[in-house]
Amino acid sequence: MTVAVVGASETTELGRIPHLSQMQLHADGAFNALADAGLSVSDIDGIATAGASPVDLTHYLGLEPHWIDGTSVGGCSFLIHVRHAVAAIEAGYCETVLITHGESGRSGIGRGGGGGGAASFASQFEVPYGPMGPTTLFGIGVLRYMKQYGMTHEQLASVAVAQREWAGMNPRAMYRDPITVEDVLASRVIAYPFHLLECCLVTDGGGALILTAADRAKDFPQPPVYILGTGESVESPMISQMADLTSSRNFRIAGGDAMKAAGVTHGDVDHLMVYDAFAHLPIFGLEDLGFVERGEAGPFIEEGNTRPGGRLPLNTNGGGLSYTHTGMYGMFALQESVRQVRGQAPAQVDGVNVSVCLGVGGMFSAGACIVFGKELP
Amino acid sequence: MSKEGLRPRYAPTPTPDTAHFWEGTRNHKLLLQRCTDCGTVYFPPRAFCPENGSSNIEVFEASGKAKLISYTINHRQHPSFESPYAIAIVQLEEGPMMMSNIVDCEQTPEALVLDMPLEVTFEKVSDEITVPLFRPVGEAS
Repeated sequence: MTVAVVGASETTELGRIPHLSQMQLHADGAFNALADAGLSVSDIDGIATAGASPVDLTHYLGLEPHWIDGTSVGGCSFLIHVRHAVAAIEAGYCETVLITHGESGRSGIGRGGGGGGAASFASQFEVPYGPMGPTTLFGIGVLRYMKQYGMTHEQLASVAVAQREWAGMNPRAMYRDPITVEDVLASRVIAYPFHLLECCLVTDGGGALILTAADRAKDFPQPPVYILGTGESVESPMISQMADLTSSRNFRIAGGDAMKAAGVTHGDVDHLMVYDAFAHLPIFGLEDLGFVERGEAGPFIEEGNTRPGGRLPLNTNGGGLSYTHTGMYGMFALQESVRQVRGQAPAQVDGVNVSVCLGVGGMFSAGACIVFGKELP
Repeated sequence: MSKEGLRPRYAPTPTPDTAHFWEGTRNHKLLLQRCTDCGTVYFPPRAFCPENGSSNIEVFEASGKAKLISYTINHRQHPSFESPYAIAIVQLEEGPMMMSNIVDCEQTPEALVLDMPLEVTFEKVSDEITVPLFRPVGEAS
């Protein structure tokens, strides 16, 4: 397959443009290129940009991407985006990619317009109301979820209890002593309805992965873990602007794309990792991936289905709540999926052929999913 | 919510596409935008409709009526707020959601009842910035 440029345009004006912010310049160039191509925003399913976060741009333009690239390594970033876009289109990750640039280099209007800068939407429309990072924002939709589906505080707490059981089997987990639902609910309130034990740890650490072609993989000392399917998306830089506070669009897009690409059904999945910065993330993840119906994940976890011996082992390292959480925990979720598929996990689940790993970025701003397998399809 | 010894709340930096909104709040008006092609009412402000990319849009004053959608109550210390305080998401009568604070109301789960009716009120932060806040209406207060 070859890939072609079908739309191209600069901003309407060049030179001095003090009446447009940097984000508006991105948008102006984008709309001009769309007009050049005879397309509308709904035709775009891949987005790449530098100098702005692809999350900010996605929300600003009203996109619903299945592929994103925020590679930002200086002025040649857009050339690299072209290369990555060719690979993405050839791989079938997306069909139509928009690559944007906008920079108020002379006028300096809204230069801090992305990723939490002073002129960003988040700074204008969330920061004045006193949020203090993830503990105050990540769970802000949970009371709505509880009212909509009848989930109890005890069910939310049971997420932490089940994961502590797994942590108890992992010597490297930071917290290993068993806890009860009562312990969770008696721990300090951090940001109602979240107690201390429903919030992730803050730790130091790291990890790395090495990937190569599947046909070379058998030449290495460790058993290969194949990547069967992948998915990604971004939604909004502000949790207050999520389309649905009780479900993540990113989880649905990323999870759906990954499982479809892998050709696996829910019954094929032996092991699941869901990035758990807070106790409600596994609940959203189970529902958005389609393992249970909307509103059923709380009872599903409370009944023990995800604990050791349960039918869907979840966050078997103990997760961000008990194992470790450096800040960008996704690497540790990947590591545990790889260990489980290799058969080398401290809390090894019997016969893991397929492991699904679902990650979050920001506060439901981004999502990604990888389906790992012991065998090539 | 601003009390002695607390710093004023964060004052945002408006951009060209949001300046009309902040001018509105300074005059105690809550302004929204509507796409005249598809009718979508949206927030935060932009010069085009996020549903369809159309630049056929109009600015209008919202009713100021809203309901409480969800919140957290922060128990940690914040330089501009007396803890515990609620960070809320409200839904305006016209549809859009926005983050805000609920004032003239105890900051407790018992007092902050989901779906309770609210109305907009305004708090001056600086000469340029006035933020929209919400308070209970009717019996809920």
